[in-house]
Amino acid sequence: MANVLVFIDNPGDALKKSSLELLTLGRSLGETAVALNGELHSGVSAALAEYGVGAVFRPSAQDLDDYLVAPKAAYLAAAVAATGAGTVLLDNSPEGKEIAARLGIRLNAGVITDVVAVDADGTAHKSVLAGSYTTAAKATTPVSVLTVKANNVTPEPATAPSSPEAATIEVPADSTAAAARITERQQKTASGRPDLTDARIVVAGGRGLDGDFGPVEQLADALGAAVGASRAATDAGWISHDAQVGQTGKTVSPQLYISVGISGAIQQKAGMQTAKVIVAVNKDAESPVFEIADFGIIGDLFDVLPQATEEIKKRKG
Amino acid sequence: MKIIVLVKHVPDAQFDRHLNGEGYTTDRDESILSELDEYALEAALQLAEARGGSKAGNQVIALSMGPAGAVNAVKKSLQMGATEGVHLTDDALAGSDAAATSLALAAAIRHLGAGAPVDLVLTGMASTDGETSLVPAQLAERLSLPQVTFASSLEVDGGRLTARRDADTYSETVEASLPAVVSVTDQINEPRYPNFKGIIAAKRKSITTLSLQDIGVDPSQVGRAGSWTTVTSAEERPPRTAGTIITDEGDAGIRLVDFLAAQKLL
Ligand SMILES: Cc1cc2nc3c(=O)[nH]c(=O)nc-3n(C[C@H](O)[C@H](O)[C@H](O)COP(=O)(O)OP(=O)(O)OC[C@H]3O[C@@H](n4cnc5c(N)ncnc54)[C@H](O)[C@@H]3O)c2cc1C
Repeated sequence: MANVLVFIDNPGDALKKSSLELLTLGRSLGETAVALNGELHSGVSAALAEYGVGAVFRPSAQDLDDYLVAPKAAYLAAAVAATGAGTVLLDNSPEGKEIAARLGIRLNAGVITDVVAVDADGTAHKSVLAGSYTTAAKATTPVSVLTVKANNVTPEPATAPSSPEAATIEVPADSTAAAARITERQQKTASGRPDLTDARIVVAGGRGLDGDFGPVEQLADALGAAVGASRAATDAGWISHDAQVGQTGKTVSPQLYISVGISGAIQQKAGMQTAKVIVAVNKDAESPVFEIADFGIIGDLFDVLPQATEEIKKRKG
Repeated sequence: MKIIVLVKHVPDAQFDRHLNGEGYTTDRDESILSELDEYALEAALQLAEARGGSKAGNQVIALSMGPAGAVNAVKKSLQMGATEGVHLTDDALAGSDAAATSLALAAAIRHLGAGAPVDLVLTGMASTDGETSLVPAQLAERLSLPQVTFASSLEVDGGRLTARRDADTYSETVEASLPAVVSVTDQINEPRYPNFKGIIAAKRKSITTLSLQDIGVDPSQVGRAGSWTTVTSAEERPPRTAGTIITDEGDAGIRLVDFLAAQKLL
C-alpha cells in the first residue's frame, strides 16, 4: 500500500527536475507510488528506482493525451482507489491544477494549489494574494490533492534504490464521454534558454525596450537566464505571450529577477515579487518598481545593459 | 443561445488586500468585478450578438455568488450588456473553498437551466483573489460537461465549439459538444466599457436573488462546514522595502555586475 501517489505525465526520455522534486517530497510523507501517463523509457525507470518508488502504474488506455484532462483525472482516481494513497502530488502547471481540480471532485478530496512545502502531518504551505501572505492550509478529507510549485525542494535520491512493481490501472470506459477533444497540436520551437517558471535567474523587459529585445536577450544569455516580459511588451508583439510575467502571465520566484524598462504595475508585481533579489533598470525615478527593488538603477537601459553584459563576459573570462 | 457567465466580486488589486477573521477569508471592502471575468462576459456578448442578440432570444445571464456587495459585479455585467442578472447569496456560503463554491454554482446553473437548457457556461481563467483556477474544472466535473479552459479564441457552430489554447511548448485546437464549461484568457478579446445607453438600460433589467434553499443546497454542504480544505494560519509577508537606488553616471552596468557578484549571483 502506498501513502503517496505522484502523477507524472509524459516524461519522455528523462524525468524533469520538477518530477524529481515531487518524488523527493513524496518520500518525506511516506511510501511513494507513481501514476505515469505515456511511454516508460529505461532512463525514467532507472530514476524511479533511484528515488525509491514502490510501484509504477500505467493506464489501460493509450489515448489520454487526445482529450483535455478529464480522462487523466479519471485514471488518477482509479489509481488512488487501487493504492489507498492519502496524498496525491501533481505539478503546478495549468494542466496539473485542472487534473487536481477534477480529481478532487471525484474523490471528495480537498485540493490545494501553488504549494511550496508540505509538513509531515499534511499541512501545506503557500503564498496568496500575489505573495502578500504566507499561509498554511490542510485538507480535511481522507485524501488530499496537492499541486506543488517547482524549485522549492532539492531533489535527492533515496538512501537505497527500490525495484518498483509495475501494474496497469483500468481507465473507466466513460471517462472520455464528456471530454473536449484535442484536434490539432503544434509544437513550438524551443529557445534553448531555461524554462521561465523554473529558471534561477530571469531578465524581463517591458515597453521601455521599444521593440528591441536584443539587450535583454544578450544579458540573459550572459547570465544563463530565462527571458520574461511585461504585458505591454507581449501585447505589442515584441515577444511571445508565453514570456509574460504577472497576474495573467506566469508567476516566477527566481533567485534573481532583473526588471528592465518595466514600470512595475501591480499586475506585473503580482508575478515576480517573491523573487529573492530584484534588480530594476528604468529611466524614470518615479517608477513603482523602485519601491521593491533591492538594487535600482535610474538610467537608460540601452546604455546600462550592454555595459553589464560586456562586464559579465569579461569576468567570466 | 443561453449562456451563463460567472462573474466574481473581488478585492481591487490596486489596493492592499487583506485576510481577516475566522478562517482567514478575504476582506471584500473595495471590491470590483474581477477584470478577468470581463473577458468571459465580452466573449458571451459577442456570441449572442453574432446570433441576433436578445431580440433573437439569445440570453447572457451574469451569475455571481457572494455577500450583498457581490450584486455590484452583476450590475456592472448588466451595464456591459448581459440580459439578465442572478445573485446567489446566503450567509452559509461564507468561507467556501473551491469545491464548495463549485457545488453551489453547479446547483445554481442546474436551477437556471430548469426551463430551457443552458448551452454554455463561461468563466474567466482564474479569480484574481484566490487565483487557484480550480472552479471551472470542478464545475465541469460536477455537471458532467466537457471543459475547455484557457481558451484564447472561441467559435460556436451548431452544437459544437472550437477553441484555441496556447501552452508553453505547444498550441492546440480543441473541440467539444455543447453544453460545455469554458474559461477564457485575457488574450481572447478586448472587453467593452459600459456606455451611457448600457448604464440606462441596466437600470431596467431585473436581478434575481437566489438563496441556498432556492437551489436545493443544504447549508452544511457549503461554507466552512462544506469545504474540504481549511486554512490553519496566515501571516502577512513584510512588504518589500526599497534597497539601494543609484543614478547612472556612465558606470551603472559595472556597478550592477559588482552588486550581482557581491550577492553571489554571477
Ligand atoms: C486584467 C489585467 C491583467 C494584467 N496582467 C498583467 C501581467 O500579467 N503582466 C504585466 O506585466 N502586466 C499586466 N497587466 C498590465 C499592467 O497593468 C501594465 O500595463 C503593464 O505591466 C505595463 O508594462 P510596462 O511596465 O512594460 O510598460 P509601461 O508602464 O509603459 O512602462 C514602461 C517603463 O519603461 C521605462 N523606460 C522607457 N524607456 C526606457 C529606457 N530607454 N531605459 C530604461 N527605462 C525605460 C519607463 O520609464 C516606464 O517605467 C495587466 C492589466 C490588466 C488590466
